Amino acid sequence: MINFQYARAADVADAVRQIAADPKAKFIAGGTNLIDLMKEEVERPSRLIDISRLPLDNVEETSGGGVRIGALVPNSDLAHHPLIAQRYPILASAILAGASAQLRNMASTGGNLLQRTRCYYFYDIATPCNKREPGTGCSAVNGVNRMHAILGTSETCIATHPSDMCVALAALEAKVLVAGPGGQRTIAFADFHRLPGDTPHRDTNLEANEIVTAIELPARGFAKNYTYLKIRDRLSYAFALVSVAAALELDGQAIKEARLALGGVAHKPWRDVNAEASLRGQAANRDSFARAAEALLHGAKGYAHNTFKIDLARRAIVRALAQASQGTPQSQSSKKIR
Amino acid sequence: MAPAKPHQSAAVAIPVPDKISVSLNVNGVDVQLDLAPWTTLLDALRDRLNLTGTKKGCDHGQCGACTVLVDGRRIVSCLTLAVMKDGSKVTTIEGLAKDGMLHPLQQAFIDHDAFQCGYCTPGQICSAAGLLAEGRAKTADEIRELMSGNICRCGAYPNIVAAIQQVMGHS
Ligand SMILES: Cc1cc2nc3c(=O)[nH]c(=O)nc-3n(C[C@H](O)[C@H](O)[C@H](O)COP(=O)(O)OP(=O)(O)OC[C@H]3O[C@@H](n4cnc5c(N)ncnc54)[C@H](O)[C@@H]3O)c2cc1C
Ligand code: SF4
Ligand code: FES
Ligand code: FES
Repeated sequence: MINFQYARAADVADAVRQIAADPKAKFIAGGTNLIDLMKEEVERPSRLIDISRLPLDNVEETSGGGVRIGALVPNSDLAHHPLIAQRYPILASAILAGASAQLRNMASTGGNLLQRTRCYYFYDIATPCNKREPGTGCSAVNGVNRMHAILGTSETCIATHPSDMCVALAALEAKVLVAGPGGQRTIAFADFHRLPGDTPHRDTNLEANEIVTAIELPARGFAKNYTYLKIRDRLSYAFALVSVAAALELDGQAIKEARLALGGVAHKPWRDVNAEASLRGQAANRDSFARAAEALLHGAKGYAHNTFKIDLARRAIVRALAQASQGTPQSQSSKKIR
Repeated sequence: MAPAKPHQSAAVAIPVPDKISVSLNVNGVDVQLDLAPWTTLLDALRDRLNLTGTKKGCDHGQCGACTVLVDGRRIVSCLTLAVMKDGSKVTTIEGLAKDGMLHPLQQAFIDHDAFQCGYCTPGQICSAAGLLAEGRAKTADEIRELMSGNICRCGAYPNIVAAIQQVMGHS
């Protein structure tokens, strides 16, 4: 770790003031991603602004029937909060599929959104990486790329976004509330994370001088027909190769509303509204599920070591939609996939 | 591909910050330390307080050997800056035994031979203490899942689960 200054933020306005005053400063919340990256010298902030004591730790109902989650609510508290466990179980399930009990106790809601890729080259400062050092090249595109993206890639970066929680937030159409020098604004979840394009060093559309203050969930929670299915190299405590958040509203066997988002396959949580539209009005069965998978994976492109993800994703989507339609969500403790 | 530069943008030297005064209650004892901001809680415990029961395995949040309880919650101390925990209550493996009696988890780990080399054990036991306090694990599957943040290279997992089950059965 390099030498850095440390300061606590007194309130949100002070946090914004402090970050605006020092372009090389960074916020720190749970620290589980930032400290790791600082030890690798991938992140080299001049100053850490400690936001962990700001009073952004509430989970409360909004007037519109939704729920607002403060940016500092720990991942574990969020997963077990009654409003989330009962009304948005897909979010609780996705959170509990990620990291470990200790890390979930530390990790914050805002920090989870802003965690960086686990691309091995991004972590290794001896190798070229456009995300870490723009213009140096991408070591993964012709290197070892088993964990990398199959959708929305560019030749400059094929990294994935590693979060589980964010996949459920994408399916739920969450909104991200942020504050900056110019006041507050709201970013739709689909617009929060970016595709790499030719600017892979930018993961999100959050400006450097903005702070995430909260996440808002709309009223619709899909508490009856949902699942979060995560496929990985070991049964726990590993990042997703492919994960699927599937949520349905059914009228008998007919699909009224569908949500489908994938993790581990792209630079952002990958929600596909066309695949969702292909399900609406259809009978909930293998045929319609397979067609949705086909629509979602239409433009998928594999690299030397990750082509298996295309087939894996196809099967995971079909299985997840079956689990959701049957009201039998994937258990995150018994690992049997039914 | 262009060769990587050894470091990103040759940084302007950042002035070395003054040490920061940090107050902690560690295993029931109030301590006050002057620490550089980058000192992790793990290093503060081991190197400044000589509490070497807490182990450094990976130093990157991946193994759980450094698990301690902060204000009753299990966390990994290697990814925790000590300055950020100013005012907190920290419990390490050295603080679990009471009045000369081993903590029930310590006794159960002995009863079930739940270790071989013992390097992961302090983290396993502190993590299990956190798990019991959370009260969410009922089945063996749930114990395994909620203990997955603690890696045991010797593979003592079945006996670790048995030890935790013994304590759950008695409480
Ligand atoms: C071993 C290991 C395994 C893991 N496994 C998984 C997994 O399986 N699935 C998964 O989803 N995640 C996993 N994680 C990642 C973990 O979920 C993230 O590290 C965590 O969510 C980050 O939150 P934090 O509060 O600790 O962020 P920090 O490390 O504090 O911050 C991360 C980034 O966000 C910025 N930031 C934080 N809060 C705000 C805010 N409010 N506004 C603006 N910027 C902010 C910081 O400046 C920093 O750049 C794993 C992590 C580790 C170490
Ligand atoms: S995939 Fe992205 S993060 Fe990984 S080496 Fe290439 S540019 Fe860097
Ligand atoms: S040393 Fe902290 S998790 Fe490995
Ligand atoms: S007893 Fe050796 S690592 Fe667990």
